[in-house]
This record gives sequence, structure tokens and C-alpha cells, in this order.
Amino acid sequence: MKKFTIKQISVTGITLLLLLLFPLVITQTYLIHVMILVFMFGMLGVAWNIMGGYAGMFSFGQAAFFGIGAYTSSFLLVTFQINPWIGLIAGGLVAALMAAAIGYPCSNLRGHYFAIATIAFGEIVRIHFNNWKLVNAAEGITIPMMDESLANFMFHSSKLPYYYIMLAFLLLALVICYFVANSKMGYYFRAIKESHDVAEVLGVNVVRYRLIAIMVSAFLSAMAGTFYAQYILYIDPESVMLLAISVQIVLISMLGGAGTIMGPVIGAAILLPISELTRIWLGHKGTGVDMLIYGFLITLISVYQPQGIWGLFANIGKKKNG
Amino acid sequence: MDKSTCLEVKGLSKWFGGLAANLDIDFSVEEGEIVSVIGPNGAGKSTLFNCITGFYKPNSGKVSFFGKDITKFRADKVCNLGIARTFQIVQVISDMTVLENVVTGALLRYTRIGPATEKAEEILTFTGLIDKKSFLGSELTIADKKRLEVSMALATQPRLLMLDESMAGLTIVELRNIMNLIKKIRDQGMTLIVVEHVMEAVMEISDRVIVLNSGKKIMEGLPKEVVSCQEVIQAYLGDKYRAVC
Amino acid sequence: MLSVNNISVGYKGLLAIQDVSFHINKGEVVSLVGSNGAGKSTIVKTIAGLLHPVKGEITFDNDPIHQIPPYEVVKKKISMIPEGRQLFGRLSVLDNLMLGAYSLDSKEEIQKTLENVFHLFPILRERKGQRSDTFSGGEQQQLAIARGLMSHPTLLMLDEPSLGLGPKLVSEIFRIVEEINANGVTILLVEQNVHEALQISHRAYVLQTGRVVLEGEGKDLLKSDLVRQAYLGM
Repeated sequence: MKKFTIKQISVTGITLLLLLLFPLVITQTYLIHVMILVFMFGMLGVAWNIMGGYAGMFSFGQAAFFGIGAYTSSFLLVTFQINPWIGLIAGGLVAALMAAAIGYPCSNLRGHYFAIATIAFGEIVRIHFNNWKLVNAAEGITIPMMDESLANFMFHSSKLPYYYIMLAFLLLALVICYFVANSKMGYYFRAIKESHDVAEVLGVNVVRYRLIAIMVSAFLSAMAGTFYAQYILYIDPESVMLLAISVQIVLISMLGGAGTIMGPVIGAAILLPISELTRIWLGHKGTGVDMLIYGFLITLISVYQPQGIWGLFANIGKKKNG
Repeated sequence: MDKSTCLEVKGLSKWFGGLAANLDIDFSVEEGEIVSVIGPNGAGKSTLFNCITGFYKPNSGKVSFFGKDITKFRADKVCNLGIARTFQIVQVISDMTVLENVVTGALLRYTRIGPATEKAEEILTFTGLIDKKSFLGSELTIADKKRLEVSMALATQPRLLMLDESMAGLTIVELRNIMNLIKKIRDQGMTLIVVEHVMEAVMEISDRVIVLNSGKKIMEGLPKEVVSCQEVIQAYLGDKYRAVC
Repeated sequence: MLSVNNISVGYKGLLAIQDVSFHINKGEVVSLVGSNGAGKSTIVKTIAGLLHPVKGEITFDNDPIHQIPPYEVVKKKISMIPEGRQLFGRLSVLDNLMLGAYSLDSKEEIQKTLENVFHLFPILRERKGQRSDTFSGGEQQQLAIARGLMSHPTLLMLDEPSLGLGPKLVSEIFRIVEEINANGVTILLVEQNVHEALQISHRAYVLQTGRVVLEGEGKDLLKSDLVRQAYLGM
């Protein structure tokens, strides 16, 4: 394991403390909502990063796993009254299985071809759910009102519990990402990203490791989906399986720094507020303005700092050390 | 000590559409030998390597490694069994440091990063790249990239090391270094098969030489036998090598 | 014809070549020899305009060329054959050659140049429709040189043309270089195969760690101690 400097530990500690205190100090519910979205997209970005930034499989279909997670737990709750926390795990497993099912035939696809396959996959899932009677097709599923409790994964009086739960989920994703990155798996993912030949010649079972990357990524994305369902209390294919969501996940990871642990979180912290704030200030006229800003930022980053914003911090650190 | 047969290739053929890249190739390599494979571009040397190491599946024939039939095995499985190779166009992991590259190779035999890193440093010292261990793969010169590729291959602890044109573009001094390295590798108990165009090196390091032309093996023998053979001179060596065969 | 004066070129803060000066007279074959990392390729890329010196200047027929982009350099009739050939693999022989002629204006000139090139490399005429990545290494090298000749250069720069080729092909390539020179093209040759390069060169420069350490006539350098020990292994 890497050793941490005093500086790293203190920066992390302070940030964590600030995040824990944030909703107690800032009481505007809307701002808390934005932070919750930042955490959620941060987690989705970290999940994407595991297969995309590290293993080189650029997926534009993450919304499918997000949606499958949301739908699995919600369906089980509504139809069989299964507790959402169990639904959470079930959703993760279903998503992971779907990921394996799509990942295996795509094992030899790389780069652009893989990306196209994921776009197709994401859209197929969305269209299927839009027409599937079992899950109410386009009407979507409404999560039934239940008593407020942690066990029910439902809170009415305040957003605070949702805030802390999503933060915990994000931290879990970051810990998993950290372990992946600093383990044998992490090295093998990075080898696969460089070239299948290099990985194979070093004895790596490329198919197996690609599947692991996809499945872990899918599981974590599905967890975020269940959270979303329990938070917003209504899901439909157009809100949880949209290609635009998948694209946004890729954007925040690339902006923040693909292939780094904290990159997607930074990306989410920048892009989500922009997205939400332009929506408020400009209303309908503002639709798409956030995309314009995204596009501008991505262009800037691609030209000047391809490693993403996290790369900026890393370089500042290096320059100080000489 | 009884030396066993490290690699045996029998009747190996590989077709691409109507073209026979390898046709009915037979040869064997004893443990501890250094065998060179020479021949013009397009003769099928890299194809032969790819068939032996599992990157291509041969259309017919058999490849045995220390008696075990590995003909249909996939590349990563072949590596697991103890055959390592380099590529004609050098491939290293550009975003990783030299050390991390070799650690990736070492992770085949060590599950934890700590011991794998120790092994990697040992190997980098052996191959002479230890001073550059923090350089990124993308920052190396071609000669150093080749050396790194060899280091990565060694990290998988192979019994047979197959080098594809590791000496292209080196000056005499650099060649001497690589040749010494190859001899050191053999002294550690490994067997080597080497594809090369640099005849000075082939002559100096090889126990035996195999010559391919147009997909077929046209000759096999001691280095001096091969360079004096008329057919080899005609196909590959040119008039500077006088015919005595 | 070509004058390189005190140039220094660097990547990311490290100087790959420092204070290098040399010149090439019209009609000569001049070689740059030295080990890997000595800076030979860097010099050729700088002349070609792919890199720009941080110091010093390069003039061609008294015209400064060290600040202009690569396509302007080609227009001045300087052509480079890059290391490793760098063909357009998915394109046919003919397409590669026609792309090499991009800077020429008249159809007649292009046709004439094409004929000359096919005369030098008859195998390319035979296979002109074939995809270039299906060729063997030696054939690819011939195509790369042919493509460089299509812009009708007065100065041709070759970066490691013998790399990865068998002995017979190496001799063949050097013979072709001599023939091109006999047809009136000035040649700058970068080579690790010091022996062959010095044999066909009028003059040569030896580079070590980014600096010129020795210069002289080809046959004199073949006899020099430094060259014999460091590069010819004697």
C-alpha cells in the first residue's frame, strides 16, 4: 500500500470534516440537493472510471446500469414489498450480470467500437423498459410512501439523511477504486488499456479482467440508481436510462481526470452545480447552456491539460516538490 | 545433467486466405540453447512466433513445450506456462513508469505488489535499466524501450524467451550490451529463440540458426554452415557472404 | 546548400541537441552517425520543420527555414523519409505516391516524377494497386523512399533507412541511395549502420549526446580510431 503524507491525510481529513458539517451549516435545501447530486454523479463517475479510465473501456451506456439498479429495487419493493436495502444488493447483482452478458461478446471490441456497442446497449435497455408492461413501461414506477426510517430507506422531514447516505456510498466507491487501482487488478487494467497484446504477453487473461472491470462498474452504478429511486420517489426510463446521463458521466470523469481516483469527483463538483444553476437562472431558455459550458470546459482541458483538472492539482504538487 | 527438449514444432502451417505464411515448419530447441531465426521480411518469422506463443492458431501442426502440447493454447496461458516474448514493434505501457511496467510482468508470479516490486527492481538491475526506473514508458528511447520489453518478459519468469528483432537500430556498443545480456539470460538457465537481421550478432550468440524464406524452413545448422549456404545467400544475405556450400 | 548554425533543440526542458553546426554542399551525400539518443533524428526532424530550434538557425540556399511549418519546407524541395517508414498503411502504393506529390502543381510534372520513381523501383509499378501494409519491410522501405522522391526534392533526408532489413536488402537500399544521388539529388543520411553509411558518404559528422564530436570525409572517418572503436567495434 502506498504511504500517505501528513499533508495528504490532513487535506483529506479537513475536506471530509467540511463535507460532514456542510448540511448542518448551510440549511438551504436546494444547495443540499445539489451536493447530493454531486455525490451521486461523483459515484457514477468513479464507477465509470474503473472500466473506462483505468481499463480503457469507454462506456457510453452507464445509464443502463443506473436504471437497472433503480428499477430492480423499486420493482421488488412495489411488487413483493422487499426492503430497498436488499433491493440495493439485488439491483447491483442484476446489473453486474447484465454487464457480464454484454461484456463477454464485446471482449474483443476496443476504443471506438466498444463505445458504440455501449451506446447501442444503453439505448436498447431504455427502449425495452419504455415498452415493458411488467415495469409500467413509459409510465414508470412510483415508490410508495412508507414510514420514515433508515430501514425503509426513506426520509420525509429532511434531506440530511439522504446527504449522509449518498456521501457514504461515494466514499465506499472511492475506497473500492483505491483498492482496485493499487492492486494487481489495477496494474492489469492499465496494461489492458495500453494494449491487449501487452497484457496477454504478460500472462493476463484479458477477457476475465475486462469482465471484472465491467461488473464492478455496473454494480456501483446500480447502487446509485437505487439511491436515486428512494430519493426522488419516482423513476421512468426517460429519467434514469437516458443517453444524456451516460454522456454526462463520461464528461465529468474526463473533465476531472480519467484514470485518477478523485478525478470524477472533482468533475462532478464542477459540472453539476453549473448544470443545476444554469437550469434555475435561465429556465427553459437555458436548456443546453450547461452543455455549452461543458463543451467549452472540455475543449480547454483537452488542449491545455489532457489529464483533467485533477492533473492540475497533481502538477502543482510536483512543482512544489521540485 | 540431462537437457530436455524445450520446444518442439512439427508440421506447423498457418494460412491467411490463400497465402501460406508458414508452411510445414519442423524444428526443435534444446533447453539452454540460443537459436536464431533469420530470413527476409515476409518470410514468416513473426507469424511463427505468433503461432508458437498463442497469438495465432496454426492451421495444422503441433507445438510442444517441455513435452506438453500447447498448440491451441491462448497467449496468456502460454505465458503462464513459461514462454515469454517481445514484439517486432516494441510495446510497453506508456503511461506507467519503467518500474511499474516490470511490476506488471512480475505480478504473474507474485500476487502482492510489495514482493512483485522487489522482483522488478532485481530484474531492472540485471538488465541495466534500474537508473531509469521512474521514467515513463513514453519517455524512453527505442533502445531503452526494447530493453524494458525484455525486462517485462523476464519478470514473468519464463523458461523460454523469444525475442523479435530486439537488436534493430543499435550501434556496435549497444549490440555488445544486448548480446551480453542475452548470454547472461542463458546462463541463468533460460532457453532463447531470437529473430534477427543483425548478422554479426547472430553469428556470435547462436548455437544454431534456422533460415525461413517464403514461409518455409530452407535451412538449419551451425551459424557458419548457414552463412556459407548458397540458397541462404541468394535469398537473404547478399553477395557479401561468399558461397562455399 | 543547407547550412545548420549552432542549433539547440529540446523536448520538455531537456536539450536533445546542443550547439550543432554542419553544412551540406549541393550534390553531396552527407551522413550523421552516432548511437541511439545521440540526437540524429532530432536534427532531421528540425530541418524538416517538425521541431523548431530554441537557438540557432537553419538556412537553405541562404533562405532561413528554421521557423517555417513542415509543408513549407517540402515546398522548398526538401523531403524527409522518416524513421520506421510511416507509410499510409491502408492506402495503396499509388495513393501513397500521389500523396507524396501533394506539393507539385502540374499534372505533367507528377506523371514524369511517377515514371522516374517506377523506373528506380520496378516492383512498385507491378504492385501499384496493392495496400501498402501488406508489403514486407524491404518493399515498404522502397515505397517510403519513392514517396519522398515524389515531391521532386533537391535535398532528400533519410532517417535510418536500413533499420530492420536483412543484409542483402541493406546493400540494395544503399545502392539505391547512391543512384538517387547520381541523378542529382543531395542526400542527408542518418544511420546506425555506420560502416555502410560512411562508405557511400562524401562527408560525415559523428554525434554523441547531442553534440558534433567529429567530422570529416567518409573514407577518412572509416579509418579514424574513434569511429572504429565506438562504432565499428574494432
